[in-house]
Amino acid sequence: MGKRTIIPFGPQHPVLPEPVHLDLVIEDERVVEAIPSIGYIHRGLEKLVEKKEYTEMVYVIERICGICSFGHGWGYCAAVEGAMDIKVPERAEYLRTIWHELGRMHSHLLWLGLLADGFGFESLFMHCWRIRETVLDIFEETTGGRVIFSVCKVGGLRKDVDAKTLEKMSGLLNGIKKELQELTDVFLEDRSVKNRLCGVGVLSKEEAEELGAVGPMARASGVAQDMRMAGHGKYLELGFEPVVETDGDCYARCKVRLREVFQSIDLINKAIDEIPEGDIAVPVKGNVDGEFITRMEQPRGEAIYYAKGQGTKFLERMRVRTPTNANIPAMVKTLQGCDLADVPMLVLTIDPCISCTER
Amino acid sequence: MSYVTKSPWIIHYDGSSCNGCDIEVLACLTPMYDVERFGIINTGNPKHADVFLVTGSVNEQNKGVVQQIYEQMPEPKVVVAIGICACSGGVFRDCYNVMGGIDTVIPVDCYVPGCAARPEAIIDAVVKGLGVLAEKRAAMEAKEDKAELAAETEGKQDE
Repeated sequence: MGKRTIIPFGPQHPVLPEPVHLDLVIEDERVVEAIPSIGYIHRGLEKLVEKKEYTEMVYVIERICGICSFGHGWGYCAAVEGAMDIKVPERAEYLRTIWHELGRMHSHLLWLGLLADGFGFESLFMHCWRIRETVLDIFEETTGGRVIFSVCKVGGLRKDVDAKTLEKMSGLLNGIKKELQELTDVFLEDRSVKNRLCGVGVLSKEEAEELGAVGPMARASGVAQDMRMAGHGKYLELGFEPVVETDGDCYARCKVRLREVFQSIDLINKAIDEIPEGDIAVPVKGNVDGEFITRMEQPRGEAIYYAKGQGTKFLERMRVRTPTNANIPAMVKTLQGCDLADVPMLVLTIDPCISCTER
Repeated sequence: MSYVTKSPWIIHYDGSSCNGCDIEVLACLTPMYDVERFGIINTGNPKHADVFLVTGSVNEQNKGVVQQIYEQMPEPKVVVAIGICACSGGVFRDCYNVMGGIDTVIPVDCYVPGCAARPEAIIDAVVKGLGVLAEKRAAMEAKEDKAELAAETEGKQDE
């Protein structure tokens, strides 16, 4: 048995775009224990509901996280709409689904790039981000923003997308599909990539369930849990089926996310075919009185939104439970007993979003 | 000693930003904008960096980290505050755990407003920062020359 040493990991670390700190207790080259500490990005934005009106709050909620910003805006709006009993028009629901799936594509492509960078495959990183720019172009054309859109509002949407743009979007997505197919072969077949990912950080199905893992992390371990099946948006109408892998290692998590990008393209194409004409928003009158909880599937997993109002224009309480928060115990579990060199891989494969976690 | 004037190495730290500006900083380096073709590299080591890009505002927890990275960077150095949060706290300035912009803890040379700041704006700020870097370097060299001159004259007097 070797001597125990503690190696600090973060908050400022080349593989981490965001600050999180881990104390890695190691014996020789093996990690015995990982102690996470967070709090570098806590802003306390849930408290802002006391200062901002519930309609203005969408602007703040979207800024919980710049990667899944549309999803956060939608989750909050859905919670408020539920509490106020507002029925959102069909077209708005379809458009929200389309944007949310585009958000998932951009998030997963970003993650695939960071993963490639993490195992030292620089050109693969660049290719992933090059493809991602097409998604951002679609966002810019339809909403006006590249990463934060402010297009979702309580009662519907601020902007409509015309048929011509939707058609163009479909064409661009098919282009992405073709390009991504080439990269998929590299991610899944390349020997050096497989050496870094296969069999690393295995999380069994029982462990995933017990530790409450969510999103791709759980689905890679064979837990078929996806909140898109719970009926928000138009996923059920679009015939959504969750992507599940059973190996539970880094390779499986990478595979789940790759397959989800293709799935998102198919869902968007289907939604473009089915989208009905009509209004994109309903007028909202009155204030929130009562409480409501919604569950959404963000790119990183299940997020829960809670809103409670007492008849004034300010909400009384608003709460978000984000996916990374739920995945941290699973990450700590996979870190126990791993090689020190695999730590960046394991931290990356939960797709940590610290600014969601700490808000 | 001659310095490379057009290819600064950058270091990026996320204060308490929402990621929006961070991914735009990374987007500057990737094929669409591709500043790496000018030799601008994102390094993880403060001791190798010339330009410090900070996104997000400061709070009690990360104040020390930001200061430490700044102090570890060799002179001359330039700080660029990216996004409205790093400039003033932005939409989060009323939050209880936000102390304000980056300039409350370290001196800032360039400000990039915007939520999220666009890659074009970030690149523009870094280019402006290069000007500041050149000025700082000139000032340092002038100071060194003066010190050398003083040492030389002192030496002559001794003879």
